[in-house]
Amino acid sequence: MADKKFRYNVRDHAAEYWERSPKWRRVCLSISFIAFFYALPFLNNPLINTPGSDFQSVLFYPVGMYVLMAIGLNIVVGKSGLLDLGYVAFFAIGAYTMAILGTHTGLNFWEILPIGIALAMFSGALLGTPTLRLRGDYLAIVTLGFGEIVRIVAVNIEAIGGPRGIAGIPTPPDFFNAKFTILDPKPYYWVLLTFTLLIVWMVRRMAARRPGRAWDAIRQDDDVAQLMGVNTLKYKVWAFVLGAAVAGAGGVLYASQILSIVPDQFNLNVSILILACVVFGGIGNLWGVILGATLLAFTPERIRFLSQPRILVFGIALVVMMNLRPDGILPKKKREHFDPNWHTVEESGEGEIK
Amino acid sequence: MRLEIKDLHVHYGKIEAIKGISVTVNEGEIVTLIGANGAGKTTMLKTISGLRPVSSGQIIFNGEDISKMPAHKRADLGLSQAPEGRGIFIGMSVLENLEMGKYNRKNRKAEMNEDLEKVFHLFPRLKERISQVGGTLSGGEQQMLAIGRALMARPKVLLLDEPSMGLAPLMIANIFNIITEINKTGTTILLVEQNAQQALQRAHRAYVLEVGHVVKEAKASDLLNDPAVRAAYLGTGAH
Repeated sequence: MADKKFRYNVRDHAAEYWERSPKWRRVCLSISFIAFFYALPFLNNPLINTPGSDFQSVLFYPVGMYVLMAIGLNIVVGKSGLLDLGYVAFFAIGAYTMAILGTHTGLNFWEILPIGIALAMFSGALLGTPTLRLRGDYLAIVTLGFGEIVRIVAVNIEAIGGPRGIAGIPTPPDFFNAKFTILDPKPYYWVLLTFTLLIVWMVRRMAARRPGRAWDAIRQDDDVAQLMGVNTLKYKVWAFVLGAAVAGAGGVLYASQILSIVPDQFNLNVSILILACVVFGGIGNLWGVILGATLLAFTPERIRFLSQPRILVFGIALVVMMNLRPDGILPKKKREHFDPNWHTVEESGEGEIK
Repeated sequence: MRLEIKDLHVHYGKIEAIKGISVTVNEGEIVTLIGANGAGKTTMLKTISGLRPVSSGQIIFNGEDISKMPAHKRADLGLSQAPEGRGIFIGMSVLENLEMGKYNRKNRKAEMNEDLEKVFHLFPRLKERISQVGGTLSGGEQQMLAIGRALMARPKVLLLDEPSMGLAPLMIANIFNIITEINKTGTTILLVEQNAQQALQRAHRAYVLEVGHVVKEAKASDLLNDPAVRAAYLGTGAH
């Protein structure tokens, strides 16, 4: 019992501190938090630098990119409880949109971005509308298939390069003083961070409002949610489409940085790893998911000096972590909404039958 | 007539669970469906609320055929169900569960306090538990919450699926008293029960279901004295 209390302390105390902080302190905290992340590429700390790979590149891909996609997948898996094993498909659609339009038309990154997001959302709706009537395992299998179909289609269409993919994708145009070049990952990282902050803001707002409540209800009991008048199919498709939009945006940005893409970059492993980020961090809890993705993406780079055995070490670390904290690093609160009476409620709940 | 079910057939795969049942529920009535396990009682309610598709037949609610309508739209029309096994949201607090009951009401915010008061008047226990999480409630409290949540939608017809299931005798009597009280304030109720004794005492009319058929339909008080019903469902016929 004492152990259990200790376990949840960090998250709950942080949440409590936040709830009880006056507005000015929240603003200050948020600003310094955000500033820290914008300044992160300049940080040169031996604890977090990555021997064997460029720290600033690592921040963009995999770390930033995985955080972004884990947040997107968390809308689908964590908020509404739909197991999506083909999430990489939307990432691929975004990346291919950037690659095809970037090499064949005069459109630049900023013009292609909304098109890529729209296409990813459209394919999300296209996949979701018929398949979200399925439940649990069936949905997982269909989405798994979809992820592979997108990759295999890309391999087999010669017009988009087939297995060789597409090279020579243009970088985004200069943005004020920031120059987007292959040599400098910092501007990409800042753009990615901005995307991520926007999405965090959006997800937090939605979670606190009617869509969030509907997703909660659907995750807990789909049938009963329908009985309450929740159009469950609509909200599930929306969760899917929003998740797809996030991955699509990530894909467009990724393609513009990496300059050339091949279909095999978008294989099943990516879907599974992003799902692992969500589960590892704490399914359904935004901050947990962000932390989980950061650790899962960063650790293999940090221990790159181990060369070959690093994947083994990484695997062992994963297994140990999931045994120590089976609900993830920062699991979602058992109570889903903060309630100032929470502690007293818990106490009165224990001596319940009198 | 509030609710009329005409020659309803429902299948689970190839198995026919409901084999042509007709039921009518009039304004202001409590109508009960009684029967043993597997008679198709719960399937009837699930079909009426839209969770199971209709194979053939009609469900007419306020003069409108709703048999093809999705469940969430039926809820908006005023069909409200307290599901079997106290299907509450175990991760939400009592208050959040009750709020879910109003999910689609147009004047949600304006009605909220008034309806919460009504529910808390019927179930004072829920008020004490207002911020407690659904999963930590006792069985009886969960049942109260399921019924209270259904009432939040201001239903025209309240569908109750086995409200006595798994409850202690005192709690059963309590729940049925409240059901009677809800009915007296003008809510029409369709009640599915295995506890035939209680159900027949409270209801106006009753249907006896056996493996997907209606085998008897009568005033509830008549069925209470019917020797065959007593033998089969009340456990007193042999004496």
